[in-house]
Amino acid sequence: MAKMNIIQAITDGLRVALRDDPRVIVLGEDVGVNGGVFRATEGLQAEFGSDRVVDTPLAEAGIIGASVGMAVNGMRPVPELQFFGFIYPAVEQIVAHVARVRMRSQGRFTCPMVIRAPYGGGIRAPELHGDSPEAMFVHQPGIKVVCPSNPYDAKGLLLAAIDSPDPVLFLEPMRIYRAFRDEVPEERYTVEIGKANVVKEGTDISLYAWGTMLRVSLEAAKMAKEQHGWDVEVVDLRTLSPLDRETIIGSVQKTGRAVVVHEAPKTAGLGAEIVALINDEALLSLEAPVGRVGGYDAPQPLFSLEDIYAPDAKRILHGIEKVMNF
Amino acid sequence: MNHTDQQERAEGTMLTGEQMIEMYKWMVTVRHFDRRAVNLQRSGRIGTYAALEGQEAAQVGCGYALEKQDWLFPTYREHGVSMVHGVPMTTVFLYWNGRPEGCMAPEGVNVFPISVPIATQLPHAVGAAWASKLKGENSIAVGFVGDGGTSEGDFHEAMNFAGVMKLPVIIFCQNNGYAISVPLSKQTATETLAEKAAAYGVEGIRVDGQDAVAVHDAVKYAADKARRGEGPTFIEAVTYRYGSHTTADDHTRYRDVNEAEMWRTERDPIDRLKARILELGIWSEEQDQALWEEADKVVQKSIEEMQAMPPVDHNRIFDYSYAELPWHLKEQREEMRSLYGNGGAK
Repeated sequence: MAKMNIIQAITDGLRVALRDDPRVIVLGEDVGVNGGVFRATEGLQAEFGSDRVVDTPLAEAGIIGASVGMAVNGMRPVPELQFFGFIYPAVEQIVAHVARVRMRSQGRFTCPMVIRAPYGGGIRAPELHGDSPEAMFVHQPGIKVVCPSNPYDAKGLLLAAIDSPDPVLFLEPMRIYRAFRDEVPEERYTVEIGKANVVKEGTDISLYAWGTMLRVSLEAAKMAKEQHGWDVEVVDLRTLSPLDRETIIGSVQKTGRAVVVHEAPKTAGLGAEIVALINDEALLSLEAPVGRVGGYDAPQPLFSLEDIYAPDAKRILHGIEKVMNF
Repeated sequence: MNHTDQQERAEGTMLTGEQMIEMYKWMVTVRHFDRRAVNLQRSGRIGTYAALEGQEAAQVGCGYALEKQDWLFPTYREHGVSMVHGVPMTTVFLYWNGRPEGCMAPEGVNVFPISVPIATQLPHAVGAAWASKLKGENSIAVGFVGDGGTSEGDFHEAMNFAGVMKLPVIIFCQNNGYAISVPLSKQTATETLAEKAAAYGVEGIRVDGQDAVAVHDAVKYAADKARRGEGPTFIEAVTYRYGSHTTADDHTRYRDVNEAEMWRTERDPIDRLKARILELGIWSEEQDQALWEEADKVVQKSIEEMQAMPPVDHNRIFDYSYAELPWHLKEQREEMRSLYGNGGAK
């Protein structure tokens, strides 16, 4: 089995999809000759040709809008948006069309496509290269949202997303694109959409995280053990829409305490929805209010401030302490 | 100017007399449909409606030039062209009656649900044409837009994509002079809309939108060109809507009533085609009267079909949100059923 980092696993997933399904088209800005600004599509145009891996004009609404027409007419477009913070020109296409094709046509047309976007901060990039507006899209019915935190899940979720009959927003944690390598099968496999993963079992408190924040949460869990002796369970949501209720609730029923961690601003972030879900399903299991550790409710700052804007292990530990000491 | 003038290029027409009569029949039916729809709204039997009277030649002329397999991406005023392309009249009525069934073109009829956000459907036409090209199919796509829509970013992005990718697509613009109340002079600084096409390396054609034959020939030319793999065309059909933007609008607030009256009396597309087929000796006043009576029957039957529909199936809120319903939607559907029942049967 090969060792791959997240970006390599994504490239490999795209390669398998392009090889196995002639309907798959990879398109976006700089994805062809240049292999993408993060090299996620490196070598794919050379291997599959410029009809399958397409450099488009610089136009996010056009890329997503054209992908709608392609999907409706039988293709499986996999558009890349260069950064999640560049999605805003395409939001109208996503909200008004991508998410609604099946509904509006009452099943006459469908819109299977996978919108890939590197999300979150932490790479010292310019403004609007570090946003995490995933909650905007979790709020939009008709699309699914996934966010892997490791190379194995990245490839498996990507292939599951491309197979999905519904549109999927595929968020890539760019800060950890090359942070570590895992064993990744070279052949096709999928990771089921809608399934979270308990990556570290524990008995005292549940931490819910995804993408970049997963490893930071594991670090905070380690600190909690060392400093307080608390045994923290860490759950990688992997799919943000639809949420894996069973795993989320199962964990908090066991531990009785929980903290949700995300990079996005705290207010009306996905953490609020998870707190509401726990409130609906596990209120009587709780020994303390569910905590939230998020980005501050201020626009994502310039990069000299990004390390204290996004949660780090220290802030997550602080959140754990508040809930444990309630 | 880089665009071509249809009147200069075409002498005569590609159409036979028989075909002109068929187009004429469609135009009369569409007009009668439109007038009945306005009246149905006035009497509270359908919701807000976007009337097209005055634009019948642009729509029927366009629709008549296309092939069955072609893809249409309409706006909310394209009832005429949609019906010519195979969307049943009852489906159109159902849409304006707020019924989800009104968005469903029949199987094999490639008409996308009406797009309400302006010009957003143009990139879809581009994508559908792109897919046809990749699959080696003989279908083309037509994206519809109005004069106001040419100011939207999606218009620009679609035109640019179409030009760069050399796609088998037609962007068909009905320039009716007003975007709700805003006249063309406040919409653009260019003299025509067709000339904008040059900026994208796309051929632009300006055609008299009140002349069904000219519109047909322009669209047929563009469609044939697209099918030969020679790329996209932008067509500006100069037309006029006699009435308001929708039944919720009052055009007398922003338009000189004499202007509308002038178009109606001097540039009416139905009068014009009728004169042409009368002159050719292939149509008579008796036939004309019979046609209007027949149109009334067709429209009346369709209205009755709409009114005979069972109550809307409540499950339609949920059943097409995803291929397979996630747990939370299943639960919400159950709650809906317990509170409101299933509504009409499927």
